[in-house]
Amino acid sequence: MRAMVYRGPYRIRVEEKDIPPIEHPNDAIVRVSLAAICGSDLHLYHGMMPDTRVGMTFGHEFIGVVHEVGPSVQSLRVGDRVMVPFNVYCGSCFFCARGLYSNCHNVNPNATAVGGIYGYSHTCGGYDGGQSEYVRVPFADVGPSVIPDWLEDEDAVLCTDALATGYFGAQLGDIAEGDVVVVFGAGPVGLFAAKSAWLMGAGRVIVIDHLQYRLDKAQSFAHAETYNFTEYADIVVEMKKATDHLGADVVIDAVGAEADGNFLQHVTSAKFKLQGGSPVALNWAIDSVRKGGTVSVMGAYGPLFSAVKFGDAMNKGLTLRMNQCPVKRQWPRLFSHIRNGYLKPSDIVTHRIPLEHIAEGYHIFSAKLDNCIKPLIVPNAA
Amino acid sequence: MAYTPDKPALPVPIEELRARIPGWGADLDPKDRPAVPRERFDPGASGAHWDFPDRQPEKWPRERSIEHAFLPPVFGTSCPPKGLSGAIRKVAYRRYSEGRAAHWLLLIAADRVNVVEANLASMVSLRPDNPITETGILSEFSHHGLSSRLGKKRTDVKHLWLDPIIVGGPWVVRGLLGYHLIRVVRRRGRPRGVPTG
Ligand SMILES: NC(=O)c1ccc[n+]([C@@H]2O[C@H](COP(=O)([O-])OP(=O)(O)OC[C@H]3O[C@@H](n4cnc5c(N)ncnc54)[C@H](O)[C@@H]3O)[C@@H](O)[C@H]2O)c1
Ligand SMILES: [Zn+2]
Ligand SMILES: [Zn+2]
Repeated sequence: MRAMVYRGPYRIRVEEKDIPPIEHPNDAIVRVSLAAICGSDLHLYHGMMPDTRVGMTFGHEFIGVVHEVGPSVQSLRVGDRVMVPFNVYCGSCFFCARGLYSNCHNVNPNATAVGGIYGYSHTCGGYDGGQSEYVRVPFADVGPSVIPDWLEDEDAVLCTDALATGYFGAQLGDIAEGDVVVVFGAGPVGLFAAKSAWLMGAGRVIVIDHLQYRLDKAQSFAHAETYNFTEYADIVVEMKKATDHLGADVVIDAVGAEADGNFLQHVTSAKFKLQGGSPVALNWAIDSVRKGGTVSVMGAYGPLFSAVKFGDAMNKGLTLRMNQCPVKRQWPRLFSHIRNGYLKPSDIVTHRIPLEHIAEGYHIFSAKLDNCIKPLIVPNAA
Repeated sequence: MAYTPDKPALPVPIEELRARIPGWGADLDPKDRPAVPRERFDPGASGAHWDFPDRQPEKWPRERSIEHAFLPPVFGTSCPPKGLSGAIRKVAYRRYSEGRAAHWLLLIAADRVNVVEANLASMVSLRPDNPITETGILSEFSHHGLSSRLGKKRTDVKHLWLDPIIVGGPWVVRGLLGYHLIRVVRRRGRPRGVPTG
């Protein structure tokens, strides 16, 4: 089979690999029909995530067709069209039993601080991912779902991460009616978080980025007010001005480890890997939220320390909430929102790239060329 | 203006938001939000039909965090550790918990070693690394590299010059080392006292 393979920072290629075998009685092997590149993949691609091995196949957003099932699989059959949450999880450990599917204790030998994620370094369990023709899906009775007939492929693939994560991020903000919600980052996660904030009754939604084409999308797609932070001397002061100098009720960080806007922070983390992640957006969030407010962190950070302004968070009495998204928990409600026409996930898709050209796809998405927001990957066997 | 008890007025009244934005307030009631409360004890909800999963066979000594009581029953089998990078990784896992910076710094070091190992191995393989195709850099020409950046006030343009150094630097260093090595070997091979040119 053909699969994307990591060769080193900023370098990937497509290689011939064996179709993965069943390794556990509850495994399924899925033939991938559509995959995506996520902002999280960029952290791997840039070499920021510890224990990212040469030869690994990335990809944690994918849908496909069941190709083979292990002997204990009950709920799926060969030929089923399935969508697979980005979390690998057992469904039965202490954490899974409480719905913390992204924090499973039974699937990641390499670290106890994260659960399992497809194609996301050994720090997240060492699973090959779905930017490939075939992928091993552990716990087939737990993670994947058969795609409802009415759900289109491009909408389904976005439900496996970006949409679920944005929706989850808005929920962690504990938004109340009329709240002012600020979202840092107008990538897929930020756009979906902004859109979801309205569902929860926000009174104002403000989106901040430095890429004007993405801010334009935030206006048209998510009905948001937008600020391009490069146009202001100090975006935090601007947020205070916009909120009668109180600060926003809720701020969502949808940027993560490669946050830009401060040369030193960005370069020490994204380029030289001296911090777990650049905390520029997180610090802006802490300083822009009102006292007693909530910061919801969806942006991903590495396991090393980052220079976060904890004192401000403490003195302001903030609630900081965060997690990797437990994707499947969001689905039933998201499905109803999609059916009602409240959400149309595929509206943010800008590029559809054949697997053979995935190296260009990564560069375009990473360098933000060609007004790229969300690139999908189409495997050859699709 | 003054700092008073009331919440500032919204620029667009709620009634208008409800009319204008599809689905506004559909999840107003926290009971409709699937992530609230975050923890909900319901072991039957996941579809798991086991209390503890079957154990996947361990085909090589699988490296694991010393914060785990045992090897978890299911794990990824991509890229088993090998070579010098593998040795460093094994030390990082065996010696240091996730709480120790040494754990992560060793893993990051191993990642860099791994890249050099793989790159050297590729040079004697049928498919050597190709920095042009692997970086996808040609998309700069096919996908408007220049116009995507020019006059756009993008902040990432400020450190764009670093990228070629970070990506190309190691190749240059390796090239220089290789060249130096060849010279040393050639010099050793010559009789002493004969001037080299
Ligand atoms: N928690 C989860 O479960 C989960 C799931 C998916 C993605 N993520 C994380 O969410 C983050 C965003 O993902 P994405 O796919 O939208 O990525 P993306 O790279 O497309 O979007 C990030 C956006 O942030 C912008 N940005 C950079 N610095 C900024 C700053 N200081 N202020 C405001 N905006 C800034 C960038 O220009 C970009 O538009 C990533 O860190 C990703 O790892 C987390
Ligand atoms: Zn992701
Ligand atoms: Zn679990």
